[in-house]
Amino acid sequence: MEWFNDHRKLFVAAFLFFAGLTILVAILPALSNEKISRPLPGAKPMSEDAIAGKHVFIANGCVACHTQQVRNVDMDKVWGKRPGIAADYALIRRTDLWRNTATLMGSERTGPDLTDVGNRQGSLEWNLTHLYNPRILVKESVMPAYPWMFEMKKEPAKGDVIVNIPPEFLNDAEKKVVAKKEALQLVAYLQSLKQTPLPDGTATPEFLYKRKVQEAAADGAAAELDGSALYATHCQACHQENGEGLAGAFPPLKGSSIVLADNVDLFVEIVMKGYSGRESEGFGVMPAVGDNAGLTAEEVTAIMNHERTSWGNSAKKITTEEVRKVIEFLQSNP
Amino acid sequence: MFPPSTLLILFLLIALAALLIAIVLQQKVKNILKVIRRNSSNFDEGQFQKQLTTMNSRQIDKLLHIIKTWKAGSKTISALTGMVLLPGMLYSQGIGNGKPLLSEGGIIITILLLLIPVVAALVLMIVRIKRAAGKYISENNIAKAKKLASFINDYDRETLEKAVTTRKAAADYQLTHQELSGALPAVDGRGLLFVKDDEGLPFVAQKQKAPPRASVDPQLSRLVLAYLVSATIWLLFGTTVGEYVGIKFVAPDADHVSWLGFGRLRPVHTNAVFWGWASLAMLGLAYYVVPRVGNEKLYSYKLGWYSLHLTNTTVLTGTVLLMAGINNGGGEYREYIWPVMSLFAIALVLTLYNFFKTVAVRKTKEIYISNWYIISAIIYALVIVFVAYWPTWQNGLGETIIQGYYMHQGVGMWFMFFTLGLVYYYLPQQLNRPIYSYSLGILAFWTQILFYTLIGTHHFVFSPIPWWLQTVAIFGSMGMVIPVVAGTTNFLMTFKNGWYKLADSYTLPFFLVGTIFYFTGSLQGTAEAFRSTNLIWHFTDFTVAHSHLTMYGIISFFLWACIYTIVPRFTQNEAPQWAVGAHFWLALIGLLFYTVPLMYGSTLKGQMWIEGKPFIESVVQMAPHWLWRAIGGSLMWISHIFFAYNLYKMMPAVRVVDVNDKTLEILQAQVDISAQTKSV
Repeated sequence: MEWFNDHRKLFVAAFLFFAGLTILVAILPALSNEKISRPLPGAKPMSEDAIAGKHVFIANGCVACHTQQVRNVDMDKVWGKRPGIAADYALIRRTDLWRNTATLMGSERTGPDLTDVGNRQGSLEWNLTHLYNPRILVKESVMPAYPWMFEMKKEPAKGDVIVNIPPEFLNDAEKKVVAKKEALQLVAYLQSLKQTPLPDGTATPEFLYKRKVQEAAADGAAAELDGSALYATHCQACHQENGEGLAGAFPPLKGSSIVLADNVDLFVEIVMKGYSGRESEGFGVMPAVGDNAGLTAEEVTAIMNHERTSWGNSAKKITTEEVRKVIEFLQSNP
Repeated sequence: MFPPSTLLILFLLIALAALLIAIVLQQKVKNILKVIRRNSSNFDEGQFQKQLTTMNSRQIDKLLHIIKTWKAGSKTISALTGMVLLPGMLYSQGIGNGKPLLSEGGIIITILLLLIPVVAALVLMIVRIKRAAGKYISENNIAKAKKLASFINDYDRETLEKAVTTRKAAADYQLTHQELSGALPAVDGRGLLFVKDDEGLPFVAQKQKAPPRASVDPQLSRLVLAYLVSATIWLLFGTTVGEYVGIKFVAPDADHVSWLGFGRLRPVHTNAVFWGWASLAMLGLAYYVVPRVGNEKLYSYKLGWYSLHLTNTTVLTGTVLLMAGINNGGGEYREYIWPVMSLFAIALVLTLYNFFKTVAVRKTKEIYISNWYIISAIIYALVIVFVAYWPTWQNGLGETIIQGYYMHQGVGMWFMFFTLGLVYYYLPQQLNRPIYSYSLGILAFWTQILFYTLIGTHHFVFSPIPWWLQTVAIFGSMGMVIPVVAGTTNFLMTFKNGWYKLADSYTLPFFLVGTIFYFTGSLQGTAEAFRSTNLIWHFTDFTVAHSHLTMYGIISFFLWACIYTIVPRFTQNEAPQWAVGAHFWLALIGLLFYTVPLMYGSTLKGQMWIEGKPFIESVVQMAPHWLWRAIGGSLMWISHIFFAYNLYKMMPAVRVVDVNDKTLEILQAQVDISAQTKSV
């Protein structure tokens, strides 16, 4: 073919071939997606603090390890109530003229997905402590520590947010750890990350590739769930593996009267709806872990029985029936 | 999914292969030990008789001659040499299983692909060890010969002569083998022989020197060297950062400085090695190829220098901004903000113009295939950067669709395409034979454009990106088998009948490793793109392993091959061969230590996620694999120091004035002056 020997024709052809395909698989889909996607009616714009916090998140490259996408596969169920859809990202515009849109969907999950972290882990105390050094709360964590987002003050001013850091993580135990602006903004951003519910009547997209084991467990009552694994997923980050919590932030479950009580009504309610009854003692507010994660009665029972029988606790095991009754009562009386 | 037991079986198979190899090695060592033991005792009558039967007629002749000389009275001692015992060669390659072990096609493909470089490396290693063993045996034979000589020396002359003469009669049934060669010593009048020195057991095998060639235009060689030196500096910088970032997985509290945070340094590493190392090295090598294959000079050296400075500025400012916390928003390899990246785009425009003009005035009729790949790759890089960085669009998911397109086209249509163009020139050049098939190269060219352009969104399988677009990407990934197989076949067939050159060359092993990883790494990408394999591997460290197998195993190995090929031609200096060997082996072994544990660990990680295990457990189980990654990374990093040292050794030497030349020059000048004064 003679035109192969004409550099103009050859390279123009190569260019047009590539450019044509680019238009088909990249430019047109991107444009059409921009055009048709609308934010969900329930989507709330972010607060000013949260926007500033998002900039802190971007600047520090947190996206390298944290995704923000719940895929429509069964294993992603732990990260949100439903798979993500295009509308979830419709509110995100270009950051500014200099910087591109930050959907922050990410491509690696070295740390947990953050799509719904505002619901899952919304506590200010937890987030600040965790930012100061993740290993205070999760000793196996490999996340970087961000002590430079905090300052050490001998006499904190009024309005300063003081974080309770265990002395072994401090150089100078005399001083107090005070959160700087960027730490507070970053936490505001994390707290704002909540999956927007779909409008009533909309069919929720399904999670694909369902796990067979789970179905089996649902029919056969004999299959008992692994309470310690569920505890690790939903409770351990605050109450710790040894059930002792963290002094001044998260109350111990070891020896707790609520955990050990014969009447489990309050216990179930706290697991499902959260708790703020011990704020005066300096403990943080507990989020509605059960509701947020959509825990079933079986799962709650497994968690509760783990807590009632571990770390020296020795209350009698409870049945799923008892728990189911309480959950149904809570659902009918919100 | 598959049960861990089948995985165990697979690893047992690999272990079995390793065992087989170990047995072969043990056999080798045994042989050597036998030789040593045999040599430790002195000769006696029986042994001498035995030895005598192994001598040929010529050797016996010599012996007789010596005996006669002794008998004549003079007592000259001459040593006996020769007699090299080469043990039988054994090969072992123990892979291959009849029926499919695992249920997932993608996983089987990946594991098989993985075994290719492992087996290749092992075979190469066996060959090496076998040679070392051969050398060692020779050494021992020399020692043995000395003992034999002293035995003969002390032996009763008459008995000796009788025994030897008897033996000679038996041996004389053979030709003397002197009819053709004559008695004169051999003279290599045309310098065709390559004689290896026998100075004991060498640390590295001695390879052929680069043949002297006509010198290259010094302007061009300065330009190319400047590109390569810049690239090497970025390689050292980028991988030092990478090494540190890898260590942070093992020691997250290594520092608490905002500028050195993991999230900030990770893109510093990736972008420095992408734009600083690989891109500059590619461009530098192309500045030699593009004019060369058209038999014409480069259109403009000045533009070449501008491109270099612009790219260096891009990486430098980009790095500083990233560390200061200013980035584009989170898309991988798109972390530099557009004002920074536009400097690189200008560099590309200048280079494109420069190359295009050079091709336009070429002296050949056809455009050599290298230039198809190289110039198209520059055009595509410009298209990609333009689409991805245009600062007024990509809201919402549009950003993600473009991100998938950008990151993958950057890898495939810039780095891979460009490097293939370089290999189409440098590989045939090193083998001293034409490329096996021009048509296969053209087929690979068009099919890679067709299929590669489609596959970007396979990075976002199961995301809210339109399902059809994901499916198109998966199909495109499968289509990539065509250009990859075509390219690999082409390269391997060019090696055909020239494999013997591999052993004598220090550049060809780099080409071979690059070719092997081109095949395995690229097809691994196909295997990863399926929906079923995405379930296990997406979001895990598997992707990190894959990108190192490709960007390092393919691109970097090919670039090193080309650099070791071309730089001695500019400077007439070669790198020390032991250091090239150290670079090669550390890089290859390091890469395998880096990638294999990561792939294994991330497969377990994916399974734990599927089983719904607590997230933190999946982090904890990665700890040993991350440690291995850091160890492999350290080996790779050390290999780059060797590479930098080699480049330094290849740099033009300071010219020392030759006494004779200078004397003649001075004399000539004096003659000239006296001639002038006479004429005046």
